[in-house]
Amino acid sequence: MSTVEQAPQVEKWVGQAMRRKEDPRMITGRGRYVDDVVMPGMLHMAVVRSPEAHARIVSIDVEGAKSAPGVHGVFTGEDINLESPLPMAWVPPGVEVKTPETLPLAKGTVKYVGQAVAIVLGSDKYGVRDAAEQVFVEYDPLPVVVDPEKALEPSSPLVHEDIGTNQTHEWTIGGGDMDAAWAEADIVVERRIVNHRTAGAPIEPRACVADWRGGQLTVHLTTQNPHLIRLFLAGEFGLSEDRIRVIAPDVGGGFGVKIPHYGEEVLAAWASRKLGRPIKWTESRSEHMSSTIHGRDQIDYVKVGAKRDGTITGLECTAICDLGAYYTLLTPFIPCFTGFVISGCYKIPNLKYTARGVFTNKMATDATRGAGRPEATHLVEVIVEQLAAELGMDSLELRRKNFIPKEDFPAEVAIGVVYDSGDYHGSLDKLLTHVDLDAFRREQEELRAKGIYRGIGFSTWMEICGLAPSRVVGPSGVGLQAGFYESAIVRIHVSGAVTAYSGTAPHGQGLDTSFAQIVADRVGTTPDQVDVMHGDTGTGPFGMGTYGSRSLAVGGESLAQSALKVADKAKRIAAHLLEAAPEDIELTDGKYSVKGSPDKGMTLAEVAGAAYVPENLPEGMEPGLEETTFYDPENFTWPFGAHACIVDVDAETGKVDVVRYVSVDDCGPAINPMLIEGQIHGGVVHGIGQALFERIHYDDDGQLVTGTFVDYALPSAADVPNFETDRTETPSPVNSLGVKGVGEAGTIASSAAVTNAVIDAVRPLGVGYLDMPLSSQSIWAAIQEAKGSSPVVGDPGPQGGQFNGHGTGSAGSGPTSPSEGGAS
Amino acid sequence: MARVSLTVNGVQYTEEVEPRLLLVHLIRDKLGLTGTHVGCDTSNCGACTLHLDGQAVKSCTVLAVQADGSEVTTIEGIGTEDDLHPLQEAFWKHHGLQCGYCTPGMIMAGADLLSHNADPSEEDVREALAGNLCRCTGYHNIVKAVLDAAQASKGVPA
Repeated sequence: MSTVEQAPQVEKWVGQAMRRKEDPRMITGRGRYVDDVVMPGMLHMAVVRSPEAHARIVSIDVEGAKSAPGVHGVFTGEDINLESPLPMAWVPPGVEVKTPETLPLAKGTVKYVGQAVAIVLGSDKYGVRDAAEQVFVEYDPLPVVVDPEKALEPSSPLVHEDIGTNQTHEWTIGGGDMDAAWAEADIVVERRIVNHRTAGAPIEPRACVADWRGGQLTVHLTTQNPHLIRLFLAGEFGLSEDRIRVIAPDVGGGFGVKIPHYGEEVLAAWASRKLGRPIKWTESRSEHMSSTIHGRDQIDYVKVGAKRDGTITGLECTAICDLGAYYTLLTPFIPCFTGFVISGCYKIPNLKYTARGVFTNKMATDATRGAGRPEATHLVEVIVEQLAAELGMDSLELRRKNFIPKEDFPAEVAIGVVYDSGDYHGSLDKLLTHVDLDAFRREQEELRAKGIYRGIGFSTWMEICGLAPSRVVGPSGVGLQAGFYESAIVRIHVSGAVTAYSGTAPHGQGLDTSFAQIVADRVGTTPDQVDVMHGDTGTGPFGMGTYGSRSLAVGGESLAQSALKVADKAKRIAAHLLEAAPEDIELTDGKYSVKGSPDKGMTLAEVAGAAYVPENLPEGMEPGLEETTFYDPENFTWPFGAHACIVDVDAETGKVDVVRYVSVDDCGPAINPMLIEGQIHGGVVHGIGQALFERIHYDDDGQLVTGTFVDYALPSAADVPNFETDRTETPSPVNSLGVKGVGEAGTIASSAAVTNAVIDAVRPLGVGYLDMPLSSQSIWAAIQEAKGSSPVVGDPGPQGGQFNGHGTGSAGSGPTSPSEGGAS
Repeated sequence: MARVSLTVNGVQYTEEVEPRLLLVHLIRDKLGLTGTHVGCDTSNCGACTLHLDGQAVKSCTVLAVQADGSEVTTIEGIGTEDDLHPLQEAFWKHHGLQCGYCTPGMIMAGADLLSHNADPSEEDVREALAGNLCRCTGYHNIVKAVLDAAQASKGVPA
């Protein structure tokens, strides 16, 4: 057997900006996404969805659809028999979470526009949609509630009559003494900060192909966690999980919305069993907007106290969290993430965060890029700049005064979590090497004299990643009903080629490449010889998937450990064959060689040959060369950084132009710096999108106004600038790679930087605070109001942020407590 | 049913189709060229961009019958793994893709730009790609890739 040619070695593959291994197929149109999968005999599924936000289902007439050409079956909620409802995985000890039963198809009532009511299966993709229009559902409308604050009023219609309240739960985290915080404060600033509902909106819609045959189920699925989906399907169909295979092939972006377990994949599997055919369902974009989870949607009542010198004495936030009508996998848990990072980069002795979940007649919210942390950064970084304005203090000086100092790490903050490592002064200092603030302020003055309103905003952010220590987040800790380790197998083949199996399931992160770099260094080969396999429950070990920026910090570390175990065995084999002691074997230049005698060595291929043709192995050693690791971290990881955004605001129209965006991020040592930059670019634009353009908007009747990409404005290339990115590297002590995670960082950081920049720009016009989305209309209206004229502000429209009327004029004028808040 | 004859990536096809069949579904479902993707159904995202008689079009808003007698080029027709188009090479080199779903449409839109503007400015590129949405890259590296491909293509006959 021929052995694999060894490519020239670089000293280390980790740290190289190497091109991605996954790209050649994707740039030539040869990627394989779920909608590309075709099976013989495959039927298509169309879903009949509710046009009503809240209604009793009086009757469903399926006869017309059943007799339509090519239709093999039409089914309603009454037809679907499952062993269990759709899962929600959070059961926090000591907190009651009111949890409605969530079914793939509605039974009796519908509670949001887009809720699935019936399915039509047939041979033609267009034909099933025609037939779906022949399903006649008679609805008896019920009262609708869409405003989460109105939903908490005693007179509000109930989303779930049987639950008896629209408040889902209340969850609090805190530390210190809030009374002391306010007593010690010379100044208290309050704001009502709206973090509006958004869509994850990957460009690939959701899709599945389910094939039930021979008592086994195979599902191709657009998912970020195939192993979990397999477990859920096993529960619903009363099968052991070994009879089910879930495959996530190339997945066209996730951003969190492909984490949950959705009804459609259950229905496709059910129909495949029922009809004896493979079933494909591909979401339309309109279905995506109405029936795939949304993100954010918090109204944050924020209060911060400080001494005259800027020392922050306390921070409190009560978040009214609009969860929609039903839960998906983690719906009520997501606001907890806001609480975990409520201290931001700051040493704040007294902290309190309360999440109040609310049912409304909308689609569920759940994790979208950042999942609770963008909300935290936004509220903390906006209130810090509001406080600075109130104090008449430079906002960076205020930040520096309160930053957790470098020497305090690992640093326990008042809510009881321990930040692993950090250098917040360092990242801000580095940011300011790129942004000359004094020069900017001079330029700003000059431009204002010409009627150009330019502003700068900062966001010194941190986040929690690397989910996570199972003992902390598991059933008896935070209350997630799972463990959160990751698994990996490194298998050296006879030829010396390597297959690395990971339990993660990437969808654009480039893990085929970065994982190959990690493994190549550790076993002594080149990344092109390492095939990374993931996303298929039929090949790899159990894993928890890709989300929460965890794949590298947990999945990558797991692979690194397996690779080190392989290298250790390889050293023992080489030592035996080279007649040296194992401790005298070192791996250099791709060879296992005897220290001091670099010419006397074996390549990985030669070692593998010896391991698989075991005629001369050390006494008692098993043949073969592969190792498995299940890695459960000891702590989360805590990335951080500092971003600056410069905008121009047209005072006549309210239009915002992002002029410059500069970031310094720290996710630990780089495995592949090119991939880090790419994640930051995309993440920042995601946050700019929320800050300026994107908004999921329901009208008062619960109708979704932003049901397509015509109405839901994703940023385009023409809307954003080039980015200036830089990094610092502060290793995490939690894992051997020192890595922290970067997939969500840009999004977590950027909405606050943009918002602060816009407020800085329009402050001379008398506008002291603005909520997102910072649409032309909302900014223009705020400017007019500050001028003393009363603009006619109607509904801002789907892409328009609603100017909330608070905070114009001097800072500190607006807020209220949630109990006083009432309707916005 | 209607008969459609067209050339796709140099291969002649004749298909019987429903008059309402979209060109993107002819390409994907009947001809099996799955590199052209569908992302939005409303011609906002541009994932379905291909070339129809030398012009970039969004094939989710073109009927297959409208392509009768036409020459179509898809992502599969402009280069292969062994012989990459300069734009494909540049997207790879500059990390102009992450999940890869918008990439074929982006490359086809970029190729359309370069076919009538061999030396675009950054602003030209951003405007030309404004009808193609990407959720992963933030566009920075896509723009860099198109600009680099323009330079690399100079002197290369079209």
